[in-house]
Amino acid sequence: MTQVAMTVNGKPVTGEVEGRTLLSDYLREDLRLTGTHIGCDTSQCGACVVHVDGKAVKACTMFAAEAEGAQVTTIEGMGHPDGSLTAIQQAFQDHHGLQCGFCTPGMVMTAAALLEETPKPTEAEIRDYLEGNICRCTGYHNIVKAIMAASGQDVSAIAAE
Amino acid sequence: MPKDHGIGASPLRREDVRFLTGRGKYTDDIALQGQTHAVFARSQVANGVITSIDTSEAEKMPGVLAVFTGEDFVDVGGNPAGWQINSRDGEPMKEPKRPVLAHGKVRHVGDAYAAVIAETEEQARDAAEAIVAEIDEQPAVVDMGAALKEGAPLVHDEIGTNQCFDWGWIEDNRAATDAAIKEAPHVTTLELVNNRLVPNAMEPRASTADYDPGTGDYTLYTTSQNPHLTRLLISAFVLGIPENKLKVVAPDVGGGFGSKIYHYGEEALVLAAARKIGRPVRWTASRSESFLTDAHGRDHVTRIELACEKDGTFIAFRTETMANVGAYLSNFSTATPTFLHGTLMAGNYAVPNVYVNVRTVFTNTAPVDAYRGAGRPEATYSLERVIDMAARELGIDPLEIRRKNFVQPDQFPFTSAAGLEYDTGDYGALVDKLEEMIDRKGFEARRKESEKNGKLRGLGVNTYIEACGIAPSNLVGVLGARVGLYDAATVRVNATGNIAVMVGAHSHGQGHETAFPQVVADMLGIDEDSVEIVHGDTSKIPFGMGTYGSRSLAVCGSAVVRATEKIINKGKKIAAHMLEASEADIEFTDGQFSVAGTDKSVGFGDVALKAYIPHDFPLEEVEPGLEETAFYDPANFTYPAGAYACEVEVDPETGKVTIDRFAAADDFGNVINPMIVSGQVHGGLAQGIGQALLENTTYDADGQLISASYMDYAMPRADDLPFYSVDHSCQTPCTHNPLGVKGCGEAGAIGSPPSVVNAVIDALHAGGHAHVTHIDMPLTPARVWSAINS
Amino acid sequence: MYAFDLERPSRIADAVKLLSDSEESQPLGGGQTLIPTLKQRLAMPERLVSLTAIPEMQGVCTSDAGALCIGGATTHATVAAKAGHYPALAALAGNIGDPAVRNRGTIGGSLANNDPSACYPAAALGSGAVIVTNAREIAADDYFEGMFTTALEEGEIITEVRFPVPEKAHYEKFDQPASRFALTAVFVAKYADGVRVAVTGASEEGVFRWSEAEKALSADFSPEAISGLSLSGDGMISDLHGSGAYRAHLAKVLTGRAVTAAR
Repeated sequence: MTQVAMTVNGKPVTGEVEGRTLLSDYLREDLRLTGTHIGCDTSQCGACVVHVDGKAVKACTMFAAEAEGAQVTTIEGMGHPDGSLTAIQQAFQDHHGLQCGFCTPGMVMTAAALLEETPKPTEAEIRDYLEGNICRCTGYHNIVKAIMAASGQDVSAIAAE
Repeated sequence: MPKDHGIGASPLRREDVRFLTGRGKYTDDIALQGQTHAVFARSQVANGVITSIDTSEAEKMPGVLAVFTGEDFVDVGGNPAGWQINSRDGEPMKEPKRPVLAHGKVRHVGDAYAAVIAETEEQARDAAEAIVAEIDEQPAVVDMGAALKEGAPLVHDEIGTNQCFDWGWIEDNRAATDAAIKEAPHVTTLELVNNRLVPNAMEPRASTADYDPGTGDYTLYTTSQNPHLTRLLISAFVLGIPENKLKVVAPDVGGGFGSKIYHYGEEALVLAAARKIGRPVRWTASRSESFLTDAHGRDHVTRIELACEKDGTFIAFRTETMANVGAYLSNFSTATPTFLHGTLMAGNYAVPNVYVNVRTVFTNTAPVDAYRGAGRPEATYSLERVIDMAARELGIDPLEIRRKNFVQPDQFPFTSAAGLEYDTGDYGALVDKLEEMIDRKGFEARRKESEKNGKLRGLGVNTYIEACGIAPSNLVGVLGARVGLYDAATVRVNATGNIAVMVGAHSHGQGHETAFPQVVADMLGIDEDSVEIVHGDTSKIPFGMGTYGSRSLAVCGSAVVRATEKIINKGKKIAAHMLEASEADIEFTDGQFSVAGTDKSVGFGDVALKAYIPHDFPLEEVEPGLEETAFYDPANFTYPAGAYACEVEVDPETGKVTIDRFAAADDFGNVINPMIVSGQVHGGLAQGIGQALLENTTYDADGQLISASYMDYAMPRADDLPFYSVDHSCQTPCTHNPLGVKGCGEAGAIGSPPSVVNAVIDALHAGGHAHVTHIDMPLTPARVWSAINS
Repeated sequence: MYAFDLERPSRIADAVKLLSDSEESQPLGGGQTLIPTLKQRLAMPERLVSLTAIPEMQGVCTSDAGALCIGGATTHATVAAKAGHYPALAALAGNIGDPAVRNRGTIGGSLANNDPSACYPAAALGSGAVIVTNAREIAADDYFEGMFTTALEEGEIITEVRFPVPEKAHYEKFDQPASRFALTAVFVAKYADGVRVAVTGASEEGVFRWSEAEKALSADFSPEAISGLSLSGDGMISDLHGSGAYRAHLAKVLTGRAVTAAR
């Protein structure tokens, strides 16, 4: 077992982990931050995406010990301090960009990383950026629409109801 | 101005807030004090005789608390089949036992034969590896045709065959159908495969059990679409725990699509283990386990014939299908290829003759059961592909050939040649709407543009009808169902006027927490925010059959309506007393009870308070309280219908198919929340397109699942799909439920595969490859390229 | 997964020592391939030596000779962003996996693994790159020895990869629709002294150079130059995504498209 220390959602945390303890396990089981989800075992589905030192990372494909000294942000850390939703989260709600909610934390974290890099992405850029986030419920239509809306682009032309 | 609340509005979903902030509570999020972990030892061979299982080493390993094998469950009931089907010769179907843990034989790769309970998951996994199982591998039978041959290896030796049943529908119509086909001027024949799919809800299955030795109460947290059904199956058939000692809780569930309807052995195991060791037992599937053991979908091989006149008038449809049920019967495996498939084989059409034959086959593969659409995608695909082919052969426009055969609006209620009574519909209007949506006139220009870029372009269309809002208990009981298919709701008005609605449906993405309150608030004329549903916990909700089969609003919603009507009726009695009027004179509108013809009224909130503070109540006439329950059993299925169109580009050098546009015009009857309905269609379209182009469940000859992870099973991603164009403004309300809703959850997956395939064939024909008349799904680039070059 | 100790040295020399003093030590790059393998319990190292905390192995720069030099532990995302000097290589890196995978996966990890469907092997072989380890320099032509097999010795780590920058280049990738690895992909690079064509995803032996195509394209850098050529499906990967013959066909189509795009 080793000691590990990192900052999670702005708070310093320390813990004891094994070498094999995944960052996702540490977040979910030790810190009880269960918003980061496990949807696969081949590092493809993206339900576990968090930010480590500002970069989107699959928490299930990184060891907790590798996050030593890092700034980690999970879905729980994405809202405003007063509890209100950020622009991305609100856009997902406004445009029905989620159904069962299981892929949603990873989608929001990936969307946030995208908009950091590319403030006004095109439809094609969004779809390409979501290659590592699988959703089985929405067919992606409203997710792409939500991300475009969150970036301040006009989505009125996109077919909806 | 669109409404922003009530029926027909699209208020934002309440459940979103917790999902968007990581505060959902899914089964694997639940950690109970003192919890232990279960890991299953699973067969690596598809067919094998278990000669011995030595658990002695495993039992001694660090952290291990218990080890179970099939021996521990020999006296326990098997997981039952929920629907009895008889063969054409009158023989009842074969029902081999499906034990909690495999006993005597393992019958598919992934079949669990032992389970270890330990302090940590890794310790349980280490111990599972230390179990020594002597399994004598037998030749596997994977192909259905091979399984039905004399001398094939048997999946279940004791039944002497791999055929579960040989079913015909409608048997009395068989001779007439055969004769009609024989005499017909034109017959188109098509052999096609409806490919096996793995549902792949993004949340893997999970079950956690707790046992309280003080009270003898069990609690099962599990990823279920229907906690009451799960409890019934475990109580009545498997473990025998009395229902009043077993609470089943389905918390937030991350998708199901049918795969989480069924009871699975893991649920019984964790309950038995919790009892044995006196501590909670937790299990979560890995994605690999899900691939191997979640009920798969579809897997039909069909030969369909369409007999028609030269002008395209349909005379008869005749189909022969082999349907795979896998190694064991899952709870609805027998209903899906029969009463949810054969009964739809007249389609939207007034065709006079239909005959369907289905043989279901055991193979050494994962059990197969209902998956989004459950039988109706299979029927729609067979019909709409052979119709497309016939249209091409006869030189008739594919929309015209369908129009001329539609059941016409003035013919409803219409009993189809496959025996279902369609209540209402207007299929011509759907095609009109579709044509508005797709700019058919501009297609040739788009095709030329594609050709300039070296690509072929095709347009494929189809229509569909489906039967859902499952189901009328009397009817399905006669047809062999062993359960009723009603649903239930309790509307509990609290003293201070807020309302809890306990529903038997269980949302796993469908937005019930938002949609059901819309109905209640609309009926009571109150603020939607004062109504909340309670779902998923058998100790809190009345017995409902759950969420699948596009039934939640059609059946449970109707129960909600009936219960709310009872609330209104009781409210009238109370109001009459409060207003010193006779009950017959009380009217209720917009949340106010008033005396007809006067301005005397009392609000809903005041009536609610009075009900719980019944001073000077006429107790001989009306009881205190304001809580009503209704069980609703539908009079018939509901019959959504639609017209779909898909435009594709095909790269002839690689065979890659790209969906350029997809349009869906659906008739769902009345719609409660249009935003949620569109979302359901989007998701269904993605799954249907996935089936048509991407999802390739493949077992090798030894029964090994080759496509056992997302590395080989191609899930649709955002860049595989376009924005969709969906419309549900063509509404012929259901005539037999109080909301007039038909249901929408499965339509997208039912209606979409044919137009995708039709579009690819269209592209190839236009591109000089008219020799390609059919390609089996999924139309992977390699398959399309091979077809072009064959 | 099985238990192991995880070490995170900050110097190459320390990493080499940790890897050499035990048979059961394995290097850990970005983990995007190794961690899924460990989850399936397909490997049992007793110690993992992470290479991603070693500053000496990070970064993209240009050598005096004009070659693009990439530290062995540099992520795909960094290469995509910083290798503008060699655009085809940057584009290849930017299309490996997905954004989250690109933030962790490393060039050294990819080349050390030599997955027959991976992208970087095609770039390295197609560029005549030099694989620099803690012990020596290996030319790309001598490095790839078959599916999942390389010239690396036990405990040897890739510290840097040097890419000669061509006049023109393009990587044309046809995705395997599930894994998004290359079902077949071709890296074409035109140097002053000739054209190199590296094919990945197709052969059971892993990445290979299509020498006939190289000859024809060196004489005439146009898609027509290879119209008379073909590859045999024998020895090509055949699986549920496509036959060997299909992959052989794709290799030709993609070579032509790569040349068109490079021109």
